[in-house]
Amino acid sequence: MALQTNRRFSTWIGGFLLVVPSIAAVAVFVYGMIAWTVRISMTDRISASIKEPKFVGLQNYSNLISDSRFTHAFENLLKFTFVFIVGTTIAGFIMALLLEKGIKGEGFFRSFYLYPLAISFIAMGTVWNWLLNSNVDADAGGLNLLLQKAGLGFLQNSWYLSENGAAYALALPAIWQMAGYVLALFLAGFRGIPDDLREAARVDGASESKIYRYVLFPQLTPTLFTVLIILGHVSMKVFDLIIGINGKSYVTQVVAVYMWESTFDQRNYAKGTAIAVVLLLLIALIIVPYLRWVIKQEEENR
Amino acid sequence: MRKGTYKFVAGLFAIALLAAGCSSSSDSASEETASEESAEVVADPELEIFTWWAAGGEAAGLAGLEAEFAANNPDTKYINAAISGGAGVNAKAVLQSRLDANDPPDSFQAHAGMELDGYVKGGQLEDLTFLYKEQGWDTIFPADLVKTLTVDGKIYSVPVNIHRANVLWWNPATAEKAGITAAPATLDEFFAALDKFKKIGIPGLALAGKGDWAIAHLLDWMLLATLGPDAFEGLFNGNTSWTGPEVEAALKNFQKALSYGNKGAGNLDWPDAGKLVTSGKAGFFIMGDWASAQWQADGLTLGTDYTWAPAPGTVGVYQWLSDSFTLPVGAKHRNAGIAWLTVAGSKAGQDAFNPKKGSIPARTDADTALYDDYLKAAMEQWKTDRLVGSTVHGVTGNNALMAAYNAAVGKYFSGGAKDNKGLAADLQAAYDAGQA
Repeated sequence: MALQTNRRFSTWIGGFLLVVPSIAAVAVFVYGMIAWTVRISMTDRISASIKEPKFVGLQNYSNLISDSRFTHAFENLLKFTFVFIVGTTIAGFIMALLLEKGIKGEGFFRSFYLYPLAISFIAMGTVWNWLLNSNVDADAGGLNLLLQKAGLGFLQNSWYLSENGAAYALALPAIWQMAGYVLALFLAGFRGIPDDLREAARVDGASESKIYRYVLFPQLTPTLFTVLIILGHVSMKVFDLIIGINGKSYVTQVVAVYMWESTFDQRNYAKGTAIAVVLLLLIALIIVPYLRWVIKQEEENR
Repeated sequence: MRKGTYKFVAGLFAIALLAAGCSSSSDSASEETASEESAEVVADPELEIFTWWAAGGEAAGLAGLEAEFAANNPDTKYINAAISGGAGVNAKAVLQSRLDANDPPDSFQAHAGMELDGYVKGGQLEDLTFLYKEQGWDTIFPADLVKTLTVDGKIYSVPVNIHRANVLWWNPATAEKAGITAAPATLDEFFAALDKFKKIGIPGLALAGKGDWAIAHLLDWMLLATLGPDAFEGLFNGNTSWTGPEVEAALKNFQKALSYGNKGAGNLDWPDAGKLVTSGKAGFFIMGDWASAQWQADGLTLGTDYTWAPAPGTVGVYQWLSDSFTLPVGAKHRNAGIAWLTVAGSKAGQDAFNPKKGSIPARTDADTALYDDYLKAAMEQWKTDRLVGSTVHGVTGNNALMAAYNAAVGKYFSGGAKDNKGLAADLQAAYDAGQA
């Protein structure tokens, strides 16, 4: 008995030693840094001239609420996130639905739609900056010109330069990039459903549309959940796409861009770190319930 | 068993933190001894220079300065730590983290003036007054410039060049077509000329809205043109109110000028907007004199393809900005850093740098034969004009003020240039942010 415990312990310690370096690295470089950031965010290091920062509690956080630039960036982020998630999910889902039947050249289409994912946000931002040219009618270029040629001239608009529509317009390139990824996820979801289920439904006399509605779609709920989580946290962190398209311009600023500006341009470390912590909490709000759900699923399956 | 695991992990965490703490403290100890040693050596083996001059005329100018340094200091190896990105957008973040980590370069580039404020207050720069005395710069640089560079009796940077912000550019052929015979000297003449451009069907003023700063640059000129140099300087020392009637009038002028702008300005960077002017698609362009260097690099000729005048309403006023070099506290090769600054402030150094960069020397005794016609004229006016600093380029306001100033203008411009009251309030807030 004692021997058995001993052996179990020795295998355990062996495995444990193997992961020690990564645990230590994560502890210092992830959790240690988070703790450091939280610490700075509770001091008054609001400019480079403050050499001995004092503890001010949650002052920086309450300042953010009344900071019109932060609320502007936050509003932009919410608008962007909404359009991005809804648009990407719907586009990806429809494409998956079309490919799901196993059409000819499926492999080609799958990689074709996935390729945008391989482009860096910065390069993509530069190209979309041209595509989203705000000139209309005679001076039009990019999408506006395309719309004109397609006889849809009335749809032309100033894209990311319009005061209220900027954040929505920025979601376009993001949707373009991520839709292929969502397609792949949904397609894998469809493939994961056993054919028996369809066969059984057909034998029971269900029409094709009813099979989708009542048999296949409900099975995709976990996939949908995963898609929403992935898109949600990608969206919260969006930074390089915005910089690539429109630099640090006020009109398209989101939370991460304002964080950069506060920290490195204004040199207001306290504000910058407070924004970083808010962003972290927002992402945690999405990720943590998801992780709990995944762990619960795993335990149920065991 | 499980509880034990947690304890074990917690212990590891503590050890890791301790290890990290120890290693960093031992690093700084070794650095200190290194700098003590180097103080006794006459020629440092290396010199690390940090700039955002990575391409074009800027990089060529830096290379000229480097050659001059190498000729005077043959035993020191020059290390170019340039990080690309216009106006230092990327470089400033890298520099800041290096300074905070006590790993400064031996000298770094920064706009002279209030942009240095954060570094100065943070105790990250050495006082260079001794070098000014030693080299006689306090009499060779214009008095207005030395006054602006002096903070509480100390000078923290050596200006290597001067750019002019308030310059009006246009294409002579376009102006002729519109019937404009002379450069507008006042705001009234300026608006009259804008109307003439409008009549021939082109926008009177080329605007570049991307990144907000070029529009803020325009506002900076308009404030100066409307308020005059004294009241303009008052905006930054608290003597002129941002929400008073003078600024209100300036913003009204600004709004009017913007109404002559090109469509889709928000998509454009300043070189794109400049091209509208040189290609005859827009009338005037108000931009710093780096535009001239850019156009010459594009193969255009001063006088035929484009021409210039002091911006309307600011004739006789030289709104300047300056690239300067500093000596960070704790520089590893302090002697080499000082040797670099000596070259940067010297006549030979400035004449090696500026013709290539397309700017004029800060010194008043440079060799005019090396410079093109625009720069020659600018050098004359630099000696006689009233000197006023630029806000957008770091002379009159620190980093916090600049960031908020640009954002305030960006908000106003993207909102359709309607809310003058809101802009005034945001500008006031920007000024306050700079005081914090």
